[in-house]
Amino acid sequence: MAGLVKGSFLLSFLEQLGEVGLLFFKTLQNLFKKPREHRIFLRELEEIGVRSLPVISLTAAFGGLVFGLQTYVGFHRYIGPGSEAYGGPIISLGLSKELIPILVGLMVSGRVGSSMAAEIGTMKITEQIDALFSLGANPIRYLVVPRVLAAFFMLPCLTLYGDIIGIFCGYFYNVVLMGVNRIIYLQNTLRYLELWDVASGLIKASVFGLVIATIGCWQGLKAEGGAEGVGRATTRTVVLASISILILNFFLSKALPATL
Amino acid sequence: MIRVIDLHKAFGPNKVLRGVNLTVSKGETMVVIGQSGSGKSVLLKLMIGLLKPDAGRIAIDDEDITRLNDEALQRITKKFGLLFQGSALFDSMTVAENVRFGLERHTCYSPAEMDELVAESLARVGLSGVENLMPHQLSGGMKKRVGLARAIAYRPEIMLYDEPSTGIDPIRADAINDLINKLKAEMGVTSVVITHDMASSYKVADRIAMLFDGRIIEEGTPDEIKRSQNPVVQQFIHGKAEGPIKTY
Repeated sequence: MAGLVKGSFLLSFLEQLGEVGLLFFKTLQNLFKKPREHRIFLRELEEIGVRSLPVISLTAAFGGLVFGLQTYVGFHRYIGPGSEAYGGPIISLGLSKELIPILVGLMVSGRVGSSMAAEIGTMKITEQIDALFSLGANPIRYLVVPRVLAAFFMLPCLTLYGDIIGIFCGYFYNVVLMGVNRIIYLQNTLRYLELWDVASGLIKASVFGLVIATIGCWQGLKAEGGAEGVGRATTRTVVLASISILILNFFLSKALPATL
Repeated sequence: MIRVIDLHKAFGPNKVLRGVNLTVSKGETMVVIGQSGSGKSVLLKLMIGLLKPDAGRIAIDDEDITRLNDEALQRITKKFGLLFQGSALFDSMTVAENVRFGLERHTCYSPAEMDELVAESLARVGLSGVENLMPHQLSGGMKKRVGLARAIAYRPEIMLYDEPSTGIDPIRADAINDLINKLKAEMGVTSVVITHDMASSYKVADRIAMLFDGRIIEEGTPDEIKRSQNPVVQQFIHGKAEGPIKTY
């Protein structure tokens, strides 16, 4: 019996993986086909990028502050007073390579992924997607491609913006609030932080963007059963996208070289 | 001309269509009647390629659309105008943008010509001056008429109507029936109307087909349907709870 349950779980997992993989493949197929939906692409750039700025600012700022705080405590306790200025590169590295891309990914999946699922899901249950098809628009090209592309381009931008805010807040906590030596802090940060550290975080963010938008669109397109179905699609999007980001982050960290 | 040949469609264990055969001649208005859930809307969606049949063929002007890929199907949709049961207006667009949508994809008119066609289509359904309203600002009847304007804007050869009179009051429903007849007279379109409203059926139909138990069980002119000896047809057209059609 337990084997049967495990088997059906595995089957359902593989089926869903196949569905989302097929949608992604169809998205790639339609990427360069005309007509291109520039208007929707620009709208999504604004929705994903500009409208996420307040939440990313807040998250990155407090992420930077708390990371700065714990690094300060760590150096102060285990290496000794005066060593805190060496925390600068660790804060910058940790934020730009790991914390900020993950925080941006999680925030965007909660804010944008869920709204994609809700919008497309509502269109599905009110037959608007059928209407798109009957009026000559390919639903994948019209709904999915602009969203996936916009997320692919906007997540690295948001991550870079978050990096700047987070690293500044880490500096602010250590140098301004705790009186760490500003010159040593900055010298160490600039000496040990490589461009690749920031770039690898941006690459991760692009992958997270693809994952969030594909999962949001996939869940929206398979929504059924009225408002309840749309609600379920929205919740599933946030859960699946968040889990995927955390799992993918580990494998991307392993796959991307530590330094170039 | 539309020819539906031995069409089968099931959703899981639920066999909705079990061998439907139907022919709609050019310029004719065919009304398909049947109970709610009998598969009428499924038949309509199969005709335009929104669903794939499990077996059988659908020929539009002798081209079998069941074997076409997505790209080829998109080309075929140009021949069709579809009025959805719930209008299916794009709620993020204005009325004018909704009506213009099909024109932008199905035709090569200039923007000025499209504007003219949008105004003309809205005037045809008696809705001039609502171009800048959003769908949520319209009543149910107005939404239906905007849906109709959107469907006829690019001059399709075939019009498919899914429950055109459902959800609106009898007077507006009759106005929609008049519009269907007017479009046929003015544009010579071939029409398939899905409904369970017998008053509408008699008003717009050249021929009526009844879908029951996954098959077409009766087909004929409105007068022939009224005189049908089939007890299922008689129960349905007279709207009686008692008879061979089980209500529960």
